[in-house]
Amino acid sequence: EDISSSSNGPKAEPMLLDHDPDDLFAEATEEVSLDSPERQMILSDGPSPAITPVTINPRADVFDRSPDQDEDEEENRDTFDIQISVSDPEKVGDGMNAYMAYKVTTKTSLSIFSRDEVCVKRRFSDFLGLHSKLASKYMHIGYIVPPAPEKSIVGQRLGRRSSAVTELDPDAKACLCCRYLLRTVKQPALLKDPDVLQFLESSELPRAVSTQALSGAGILRMVNKAADAVNKMTIKMNESDAWFEEKQQQFENLDVQLRKLHASVESLVFHRKELSVNTASFAKSAAMLGNSEDHTALSRALSQLAEVEEKIDQLHQDQACADFYLISELLGDYVRLITAVKGVFDQRMKTWAKCQDAQVMLQRKREAEAKLQHANKPDKLQQAKDEIREWEGKVQQGERDFEQISKNIRREVGRFEKDRVKDFRVVIIKYLESLVHTQQQLIKYWEAFLPEAKAIA
Amino acid sequence: MTSISEDSDKEKVRSVSVDLNNDASLVIDIPDALCERDKVKFTVHTKTTLSSFQKPEFSVPRQHEEFIWLHDTIVETEEYAGLIIPPAPPKPDFEGPREKMHKLGEGESSMTKEEYAKMKQELEAEYLAVFKKTVQVHEVFLQRFSSHPIFRKDRNFQIFLEYDQDLSVRRKNAKEMFGGFFKNMVKSADEVLISGVKEVDEFFEQEKTFLLDYSSKIKDATAKAEKMTRSHKNVADDYNHISGALNSTAADNNTAFKKTISVCVLQKLEDRVASDQELKLTELLRYYTRDIQAAKDLLYRRARALADNENSNKALDKARLKGKDIAQAEENQKQCLQKFDKLSESGKKELTSFKARRVVAFRKNLIEMTELEIKHAKVRRLKSNNTLYGSKLSIFLLCQKSLGY
Repeated sequence: EDISSSSNGPKAEPMLLDHDPDDLFAEATEEVSLDSPERQMILSDGPSPAITPVTINPRADVFDRSPDQDEDEEENRDTFDIQISVSDPEKVGDGMNAYMAYKVTTKTSLSIFSRDEVCVKRRFSDFLGLHSKLASKYMHIGYIVPPAPEKSIVGQRLGRRSSAVTELDPDAKACLCCRYLLRTVKQPALLKDPDVLQFLESSELPRAVSTQALSGAGILRMVNKAADAVNKMTIKMNESDAWFEEKQQQFENLDVQLRKLHASVESLVFHRKELSVNTASFAKSAAMLGNSEDHTALSRALSQLAEVEEKIDQLHQDQACADFYLISELLGDYVRLITAVKGVFDQRMKTWAKCQDAQVMLQRKREAEAKLQHANKPDKLQQAKDEIREWEGKVQQGERDFEQISKNIRREVGRFEKDRVKDFRVVIIKYLESLVHTQQQLIKYWEAFLPEAKAIA
Repeated sequence: MTSISEDSDKEKVRSVSVDLNNDASLVIDIPDALCERDKVKFTVHTKTTLSSFQKPEFSVPRQHEEFIWLHDTIVETEEYAGLIIPPAPPKPDFEGPREKMHKLGEGESSMTKEEYAKMKQELEAEYLAVFKKTVQVHEVFLQRFSSHPIFRKDRNFQIFLEYDQDLSVRRKNAKEMFGGFFKNMVKSADEVLISGVKEVDEFFEQEKTFLLDYSSKIKDATAKAEKMTRSHKNVADDYNHISGALNSTAADNNTAFKKTISVCVLQKLEDRVASDQELKLTELLRYYTRDIQAAKDLLYRRARALADNENSNKALDKARLKGKDIAQAEENQKQCLQKFDKLSESGKKELTSFKARRVVAFRKNLIEMTELEIKHAKVRRLKSNNTLYGSKLSIFLLCQKSLGY
């Protein structure tokens, strides 16, 4: 079925989107071949999960309704092309001081980079360090900073009450770090940040000691987090902007839904691994049964059945990998991202509170000045006037900050939603392709077995 | 209360053994069954041209216990010692789906209405599958008798088919239970006996070796197949949950999400694969595990007859030595020899036809299972492909739009 722009014409297409796509192909009785023109069009899929080339179509920003549209288009005018891969986890050092080092390769044509291709070695705490620097610089002005990769995952297994903390294996960690970096550079402001550039380019990086959980900085972080939580409860903001109210609610809902979905997918991964194990064990048992069988043709057929089941077991394993690396990890990333988004909304609230506090202060200073006017103390009066000017400035700054962060958040949320749709679409397509491939293989195996079964005489 | 009537489904359902109803003089089937709480009432329907029956066509209601009564009565009939007694059908077991239904009821508050309705539907399908399976296995049991030249003439069998009142099969009381336990103990002693007895006949020697080995292998294969099928069901259940979760997420108008939903909903074909796999492969293995056991039982009986024969020979020699009760000993020895010869002769016939039957059944089931696997995989591939092209189409159109077409 040729769906190129030259045939049919675009007028017919838009209506199809409303129908269930299954209806479109319901009449197709013969199988659609997999080597069709559409395949080349789509963002190519890399050979391994760790490499995810990102090509951003500059014109896609047409959908962005934010007032800063001009700014965005300007940044995207030169072809935004950067490829990052995180690979080759290597153990470095011995004993207590041993750690995993990852190779970070950056290939790019952008001018801000000094070279076309850079290769550096980074350890896990370096990633955490980068994140904490970026968070401290950008979160309070409303930029969504991609959350730091996590060492281990806390997952709920199969509805059991306790959640198990499992340390991720090095390859999964490499994927996680890679996705983290890609998200970071997708952010135009973060891409230009000197810390990011240093991370990607310089061969030596100062150890980020403050990322360790029990360090002084770590404990300070925890205290700050607790303080933030308390503050959040006490700030009652007069939300004048309906957009923010609506968005916050949306993100709350999305958070709940994604967590639930993530838990279901994790259960799927687990069960599919279990299925693979059971299929392998059945294959062995069927082989032994075939050996024991004294009817020759049936014995051969049973042995063949055992071989088919073994191959299917491998298929199940591969599918479980796809389930995990494609869907489960993506969902995990987005659950964490939404936490970052909610954090940015909280920052806006804090900024508003600061602005309010400044206004209150200004009011007090004005009242104090009025009192002094009557009391006739000229030197104190001057000081009071100075203080008023100071606080007027602060109020103005506070209002500017609030406006800026609101503007930033609007743009960031728009960008986030666009990226989300893109991310999910890409992953879903990859996943569907893996499903199609699995079915293809299954058909091949069973069709090869059928004559064997029929040959039993 | 669930009832099923198999019409065209009959051919598909009767999967485990060969078509046993090829003799029109006595045709038995179970066209209908009712499930009330724990008890299943089967409607046994007979069509016959034999004069030994009162009517040419009739139906009686029967419960599982009455089938067991029939089996035990036949087993205890001395004349049939040289025949493979068809294995008794297992008790209808609705524990699995019932437990799941219970859990579903408890978890009702935590899921959406659609999810609950879907899971309930799945469970009802599972329940129905168990139901169909138990009907099939009871039906095949009766058909084994009706297709066997000797069993079909059995008086108790005919009573079972014809007698339209309740057979008043009382539950085994304590003494009988104990007796059964004792019988099992004797059986394991028989196992020692059967391997210990010196076999002169090569045919039986081979059969013994084969059956002992095959029996343990097929038991193992059955257990592994059951585990595999259960895992498959778990995966299907997970897809159910995922599609439910996606349904609630898709409220944000994202067409990409909607496309995944259609894939996941169709991945429910995994569930159908799991149940087909169950019916063909696992049921086949289960049934033949029981049948192999029945063949082994025949060997036990023959081994016991052989041991009796040898003992009677020894007794005769002793009597001759002592000069007492010679006539009695001679008579005893003659009877034992006769019994042993009869057992060996009919046993050989039975075991040979058993092998043929087994091979045919395996062939049929493996072919049917393979064809179903292929069919389901093709449907899944087609649906996945469709969704894939639907997604790509929408991206393509999006790109078109953005490029200003």
